[in-house]
Amino acid sequence: MVSEMNDASMGRNMNMTAGSLPPGVSTPGQSLKAEARALDFYYGEVQALRSVTMPIWEHKVTALIGPSGCGKSTFLRCFNRMHDLGEVRNRYGGEIVFQPDGVNILAKSVDPIEVRMRIGMVFQKPNPFPKSIFENIAYGLRVRGERNRSAMADKVEQALKDASLWEEVSDRLQDQAFNLSGGQQQRLCIARALATAPELLLFDEPTSALDPNATANIEDLINRLKDKVSILIVTHNMQQAARVSDYTAFMYLGELVEFGDTNTVFTNPRSKQTEDYITGRFG
Amino acid sequence: MTQDMQQIRRLVARGKQWDKVFVIIGLICLMIGVLTLAVLLAGLVQDGAGRLNWDFFTSFPSRRAENAGILSAIVGSSLVMLLTAITAIPLGVAAGVYLEEYARRNWVTEIIEINVNNLAGVPSIIYGLLALGLFVYALDFGQSILSAGLTLALLILPIIIVATREAIRSIPSSIREGAYALGATRWQMVRDHIIPYSTGGILTGVIIGLARAIGETAPIITIGALTFIAFLPEPPISAQFPFVSFEWLKSPFTVMPIQMFNWMSRPQAAFQENAAAAGVVLVVMTLVMNGAAIWLRLRYRKRIKW
Repeated sequence: MVSEMNDASMGRNMNMTAGSLPPGVSTPGQSLKAEARALDFYYGEVQALRSVTMPIWEHKVTALIGPSGCGKSTFLRCFNRMHDLGEVRNRYGGEIVFQPDGVNILAKSVDPIEVRMRIGMVFQKPNPFPKSIFENIAYGLRVRGERNRSAMADKVEQALKDASLWEEVSDRLQDQAFNLSGGQQQRLCIARALATAPELLLFDEPTSALDPNATANIEDLINRLKDKVSILIVTHNMQQAARVSDYTAFMYLGELVEFGDTNTVFTNPRSKQTEDYITGRFG
Repeated sequence: MTQDMQQIRRLVARGKQWDKVFVIIGLICLMIGVLTLAVLLAGLVQDGAGRLNWDFFTSFPSRRAENAGILSAIVGSSLVMLLTAITAIPLGVAAGVYLEEYARRNWVTEIIEINVNNLAGVPSIIYGLLALGLFVYALDFGQSILSAGLTLALLILPIIIVATREAIRSIPSSIREGAYALGATRWQMVRDHIIPYSTGGILTGVIIGLARAIGETAPIITIGALTFIAFLPEPPISAQFPFVSFEWLKSPFTVMPIQMFNWMSRPQAAFQENAAAAGVVLVVMTLVMNGAAIWLRLRYRKRIKW
């Protein structure tokens, strides 16, 4: 265990000095939203992420693909410090540097709640609160201290419009959110996250519990949202990654195997593993 | 081929026979429980029906059975329950929320959990002994409503804690994650989500606890409740300044089961009738409380489905 940790920290140092971005990333004129630098994560003794280094570009959609258990959800959940809610023995290594202020959001001195105020998340299964549609969207604003009723109503309306849900629910904002269909609930959860004006939005397999029609709606929505917010999405569905993302990262066994713009990764992957996964030979 | 089919049919028929046998056994077991209770209740009503009139509720106990009533016992029970609820609910709910949402899982919380579960099974007279030493003598509350209310609060505290924890545990973790992901602090998450969504389960536990407390006799006798009380405690609210009085807390008192016990131990048949009538009232009070618990549970279930 001890020697493994030394290796990990050595790898981190090498990575840092060799320049933090992996090859295949050459997109001048774009700005970074965040950057994982030699990111490790441990569930107790089990290492789930191994020195992952990759950029998240601003106003782009970055997709994480890979077989089950490859660490893509674990990686995603580092960004809003969700792992802090789990066991005490879970721990991070390396950094996630968040722009524009260049702060390492994994640092002990950074309050996870502060991080979550800036980075929103949409979960695998729609998880609306058992409250009204309006209250679901308003909750994030209430947490941020919004007291003004008309400002609140405006923001709720805007968020619902941004999530393409306004026309379906505008006449029944006081209805229970549970009465919406699965696809509507997921768009509600997206609206709930959007209402807080996040800088980065995390999607954890957002369509895996939805039917094809609702899935198409969500994918449309993601395509439109990137003007407003940078997006990091985990998906099981490779076609989905190809459809919605600008950049794709392929992960395997906790390591980042390949990162590049989506076209290149899908048509001309550098790594044999990526090619095998994309062509359906494993995973 | 047909032979195989016959074999399968025989196999299925044999399996189904056991279904029938079990249905009969189950019904018998059910009837033993339900019928026994029904017979008991019917007997109680038959014995006590003659005494159940308005005077019975508005009279103090008396040496003459036909004049005796349960006014002081009903008032005593109500005030003790009020105090029990006021003290046990916040303590129990807070403890349950702490154990579920705040406490780290380690050996200290393990031990606390085991203890809470065991406390629910401690005989009630033990609580009476503890209360006699602690509330009546050490804290000098005397043989008062205050001592009784606190004693019963201790008694039902484990019930409320366990019910609170179960209600909280039934909230899916995706709801917690959703709230945290929006930037909620732990307290905001508890206040805005955990407590509202577990209210139904908590209330059910509270009422079941109170329904148990209202029938408790042993700990109340142990701390020295009187059996014959011909006056009421001072009312909590009055028309004169300062309008609110806490004198009732220090007042001696009696409660329904003690009144009943007192009448039952008299030799005269007329007092036995009184005891039966008081028993009917006590059973109805308990059933109403349990009914309220069921109603609350259904009401909150309808609104929240995970």
